Amino acid sequence: MKIVTKTMEGIADIQFFPIIGLIIFFIMFVVLLYFVSRLTKNQVDEFSHLPLDSDGDASRENTES
Amino acid sequence: MELQKFTYDNKLSRMFLFATILWGFVGMLVGLTIAFELIFPHLSGGISWLSFGRLRPLHTNAVIFAFVGNGMFTGIYYSTPRLLKTPMYSELLGKIHFWGWQLIIVAAAITLPLGITVSKEYAELEWPIDIAIALVWVVFGLNLIMTTVKRRVQHIYVAIWFYIATFVTVAVLHIVNSINIPVSLFKSYPVYAGIQDALVQWWYGHNAVAFFLTTPYLGLMYYFIPKAANRPIYSYKLSIIHFWALIFLYIWAGPHHLLYSALPDWAQALGVVFSVMLIAPSWGGMINGLLTLRGAWDKVRESPVLKMFVVGVTAYGMSTFEGPMLSLKSVNALSHFTDWTIAHVHIGALGWNGMLTFGMIYWLVPRLFNTKLHSVKLANAHFWLATTGMLFFAVPLYFAGFTQSLMWKEFTAEGYLKYPNFIETVVQILPMYYLRAFGGTLYITGVIIMIVNILKTVKSGTFVETEEDQAPALHASKHGEDKGHRLIEGKPVLFTILALVAILIGGIVEFVPMFMVKSNVPTIASVQPYTPLELEGRDIYLREGCYTCHSQMIRPFRSEVERYGDYTKAGETVYDHPFQFGSKRTGPDLAREGVKTGPIYKPDSWHYNHFSNPQKMVAQSIMPPYPWIISNTLNTSHTAKKIRVMQTLGVPYPEGYADKAVEDLKRQAAGIAQGLRDGGIDVADDKEVIALIAYIQRLGTDIKK
Repeated sequence: MKIVTKTMEGIADIQFFPIIGLIIFFIMFVVLLYFVSRLTKNQVDEFSHLPLDSDGDASRENTES
Repeated sequence: MELQKFTYDNKLSRMFLFATILWGFVGMLVGLTIAFELIFPHLSGGISWLSFGRLRPLHTNAVIFAFVGNGMFTGIYYSTPRLLKTPMYSELLGKIHFWGWQLIIVAAAITLPLGITVSKEYAELEWPIDIAIALVWVVFGLNLIMTTVKRRVQHIYVAIWFYIATFVTVAVLHIVNSINIPVSLFKSYPVYAGIQDALVQWWYGHNAVAFFLTTPYLGLMYYFIPKAANRPIYSYKLSIIHFWALIFLYIWAGPHHLLYSALPDWAQALGVVFSVMLIAPSWGGMINGLLTLRGAWDKVRESPVLKMFVVGVTAYGMSTFEGPMLSLKSVNALSHFTDWTIAHVHIGALGWNGMLTFGMIYWLVPRLFNTKLHSVKLANAHFWLATTGMLFFAVPLYFAGFTQSLMWKEFTAEGYLKYPNFIETVVQILPMYYLRAFGGTLYITGVIIMIVNILKTVKSGTFVETEEDQAPALHASKHGEDKGHRLIEGKPVLFTILALVAILIGGIVEFVPMFMVKSNVPTIASVQPYTPLELEGRDIYLREGCYTCHSQMIRPFRSEVERYGDYTKAGETVYDHPFQFGSKRTGPDLAREGVKTGPIYKPDSWHYNHFSNPQKMVAQSIMPPYPWIISNTLNTSHTAKKIRVMQTLGVPYPEGYADKAVEDLKRQAAGIAQGLRDGGIDVADDKEVIALIAYIQRLGTDIKK
């Protein structure tokens, strides 16, 4: 396992990586919530209907029971 | 706007669908076999490749990577082109992906029963197969991302995000956890050791659950539930938040597999906190899936597809509630190492993955073959068999888990362990093992019924090789109008990079201090590397999958210290490439097995007779016999190379020791064998059992020197 520690020691400023990671973590979340709250109803409707656009093949359901 | 015509190719979906059914059946059959082996330990008939320790990894790998893997690819190759209004980027890449994946499965099905294994759970496959997995995975990812780039719709639907996150994360997990140094074509050692290896492995193991069994299936849920119910997802906004929260949080949760272990407390605490938080996005996803069916519950009554989806998503909700609960230290103290874990994962595998896959198959086959399902009655029968089978599997194991754990921890009024003999706690829960095997039988009967139903459906129709569709081209100029999150969704490569950043953060925060800060693994001066004979014995221990039933991690509880000896320290594991903490105690912990003054010490002759016939030493034991270890001659042709590889990894053998290793090995073996012969056991110096005994008798002894 010394092999792993040695490799990591070779990366400059690695001790700051965790704190940089945490900052990115929080910023991304806040930005995400902001943009989600700004989506309009039309956009949301358009996106959520994407799987349903192509075919109306409900007829293939076998309703025999 | 001008409409462009294009076609969807169904061939790949069909191939993956048949592979899903085939490997699902095989994986479950192996699971049922080992369930029976736990009741009838002599069922394997003394045949090495049928023994529990070798078949259990085959079962888990087959169900995860062959059944669920092919299941996710079936859904991905069907839904991706339809959601993006374009054919898959390359049919050839798709075919390479399919055949490559099946070859990897066949290689696993051959090597695991032969005992060729790294012995890290769900990452057992040896390095040549690991490389093949990485290559095939890149082929899949390239095809997926390039299809997304070539799409004809502006917005990338949420299901595709889940597929992309799956690709990115599994690639990272697989590569980081599989960095091994080869000794030969079929043998390698991980670069990590002991507690650090444990952290990497459970970061991998937990996220294999997250990004192989969960995210791709959430993608399938977001596509197939709206399709089957013919209504859009309940809340698209929730799906966006669900996605980012889930991939951000999941990656931190791995250390909850190592609670009360020698892992530093800060890492355990991180694992617990993020596991508890995970309940929010997980239940967000479940609620989104179930509420999609609001106003359509009448359809659920009639359609076996929707019934299966509902039970599948409910099982997802149950196991993602149970997961955070099991991550609480007080609950984990009780649940860990017991059958509770087995019950928990099977609610996920049989309920969530199984039901969602079956529902998808029943929905897809009539469409791929332009016909109606042969029999709805048979599909309903399958639904009930699967549901009751799952309950008969899980509920008895919950009881077995509580019961055994409470027995392990019970003291008499005088302060002695009430059940000092481990076997007493095994005998108590055996009836639950019978019920589990019954549940498994019900479940696989349902699968057989499905196979018949699907074959008849396929026969009654004709395969629709391609389907035509049309859509306007996506104009690059529209990108300029993007705002906010749409900007990210509109650029699949940027999106992929952001997902990568999201999943890297948790790993970095946990790994960097674990590897860099010395106080996390306090050094113990008396801990020495294994002797060559012990190292060879350890490799036999790995080959036989002993870790599937025996832990090597004594937790700091009075009941465990009393039963097994002093609790395990991080510094004791520094030469363990790979670590062998285990995750289940079907038999007792072995971390201090070799300590002569310890509570569970046994002499060499006991171990010899026990390997040869466990029931001779412990009449009610459920351990299988290992006659081949008694008769096999120890292969020492790689011993020197093994020492050299260990030196590369930082294990402090003296310079040039590799050349003397076999000589040392023979000297130590002669001593042990002579001791056995003195006790009246007829054994030669060069048998495998001698090496295994040497290893077992070394366990836990370092700090007693």
